[in-house]
Amino acid sequence: MTAVLDPPAPAPPAGARGRARRLAGRVAGPWVYAGLIAVLAGSAFPVYWSLVVSSQTPDAIDSVPPVLVPGGHLFENIARVFDTTDFALALTNSIVVSGTITFSVVLFSTLAGFAFAKLRFRGRNVLLLVIIATQAIPTELGVIPLYMMMSEFGWAGQIHAVIVPGLVTAFGVFFMRQYFERAIPDELLEAGRMDGCGTLRLFWHVALPAARPAAAVLGLFTFMQAWNDFFWPLVVLVPENPTVQTALNTLASGYTTDYTLVLTAATLATVPVLAIFLLFGRQIVGGIMSGAVKG
Amino acid sequence: MTALDRTARRHRWDTRFAPYAYVAPYFLIFGVFGLFPLLYTIWVSLQQRSLLDADGASFIGLDNYQVLFADPYFWNAMGNTLSLWLLTTIPQILFALWIAQLLNRKVRTRTLFRMGVILPNVTSVAAVTIIFAQLFGRDFGLINWGLDLFGAGHIDWQAGTASSHVAIATMVVWRWTGYHALIFLASMQAIPPSMYEAATLDGARNWQQFWRITVPLLRPQIIFSTIIATTGNMRLLAEPLLFNPGTAAATGGSDRQFQTVALYLYEQGFSNWDFGYSSAIAIVLAIATILVAGLGYLVTKRIQTD
Repeated sequence: MTAVLDPPAPAPPAGARGRARRLAGRVAGPWVYAGLIAVLAGSAFPVYWSLVVSSQTPDAIDSVPPVLVPGGHLFENIARVFDTTDFALALTNSIVVSGTITFSVVLFSTLAGFAFAKLRFRGRNVLLLVIIATQAIPTELGVIPLYMMMSEFGWAGQIHAVIVPGLVTAFGVFFMRQYFERAIPDELLEAGRMDGCGTLRLFWHVALPAARPAAAVLGLFTFMQAWNDFFWPLVVLVPENPTVQTALNTLASGYTTDYTLVLTAATLATVPVLAIFLLFGRQIVGGIMSGAVKG
Repeated sequence: MTALDRTARRHRWDTRFAPYAYVAPYFLIFGVFGLFPLLYTIWVSLQQRSLLDADGASFIGLDNYQVLFADPYFWNAMGNTLSLWLLTTIPQILFALWIAQLLNRKVRTRTLFRMGVILPNVTSVAAVTIIFAQLFGRDFGLINWGLDLFGAGHIDWQAGTASSHVAIATMVVWRWTGYHALIFLASMQAIPPSMYEAATLDGARNWQQFWRITVPLLRPQIIFSTIIATTGNMRLLAEPLLFNPGTAAATGGSDRQFQTVALYLYEQGFSNWDFGYSSAIAIVLAIATILVAGLGYLVTKRIQTD
């Protein structure tokens, strides 16, 4: 599901940022900190707990009182996950799927966003309206015909079936369009045209370099969304050729409830987005606070 | 033809057609794999159609809908969906308002707190549900252990309707509250402090200021969040599916205690391979979502300033 208000604005001058800080309001008292720490603990605990379990032996789980600190068995549990399921294949599939989708969404969104923001053509407003309207419709509703198409093409069970429908998003196009509207002055493009630049060269030399900050945020969110996607891969893939998320489903549905094994896999599935999150947390928070993104 | 003519012609051609070339990939791919399936669902819902009998599609008009409206499993799923919608959407918005209000102070290490708030949102629904399913486990779950400490006894979370709904709602609220909190925070920061200063001079307490100034000024964001949360929470599927994985997964528990409409769609489509019936469920779910979102809109629109 996607929803849009605005992509990140081009960075405000230092003065404006100083003013925003002064507007930030009253100083926090001890109760505010107590509340925030409770929220932080609540947010982090399930992820932390999953890490604790995945570093313990299976019998540590049903001990009373429960173990709350990590143990030393993480790597042997990871090895068990890779022995029990084809997790290597799942990881490879997820990387290929998310990587391809990210690259394609960023590329096509930048192209179309540039056209909608800065080029004049007949039907532009109608087409843009179509994009905005389709954003609101959950594509899952079309899952039955989509599955029928994939079987018809012989793609069912293969990762193309996951990749191809994700190659473009309405959200991406709209997001980049909003950014270009503000980031590139029309005069710059007109000057380029006077110098004899074709549209493609304008795109390549003017639009693309200017698009970098927004494209990075879009890429970040697209990757996380594609990595975490569950429903469509579950429908169209088979357990023998999974993504990380559908492999989790297979593992959790097994007859033996080896919590350690399942939660180690869940931890492994979370690690890539967690790494991105730790590296780019500030951009992610900024992207959401500008109202831009919904996974 | 002179060289200049040729350049001019190429230029005209370029400005006229290049824009279409740039937007074409989007419309081609979206048209084939997004819009077409969406519209085709309507047609399939009017057919008797199953995967097991690929060539046997036959037009049956509104029969699927007639069966659907008399189907007790469908109404059970609809009830569960509405119950989960209530249990998720309202706490999400209220919690988010509270958290945003905490973050809207001069807080040290505010980046840390903001990241902490949004952390649940970047985790995958599959991993989260599996983790929470263990936390809510009957015998060795941490939550039951905690309840035991307070003498509240063991709850078999998956077994009951109310208890399973509470557990599933907890996961959804945990995962999405931070997102709404950051949206609210962004708007709160745009409220001029002078409004609060004036209210303080008039003797308004903090909570009065919150309900009389902050909340009414946030009305557009609250409406937005309500609609977004509604469209998301009306089609919960992964959470009920993974809450009790195994043989009873597609039915949402042994007694369909937590089968949502989206999960029923999945069961009919991809366990029973009844594509026509499943498509009819999709259409009805879409209509129900629009109605409920409209209801949420009407309610949140009533938030007013004095």
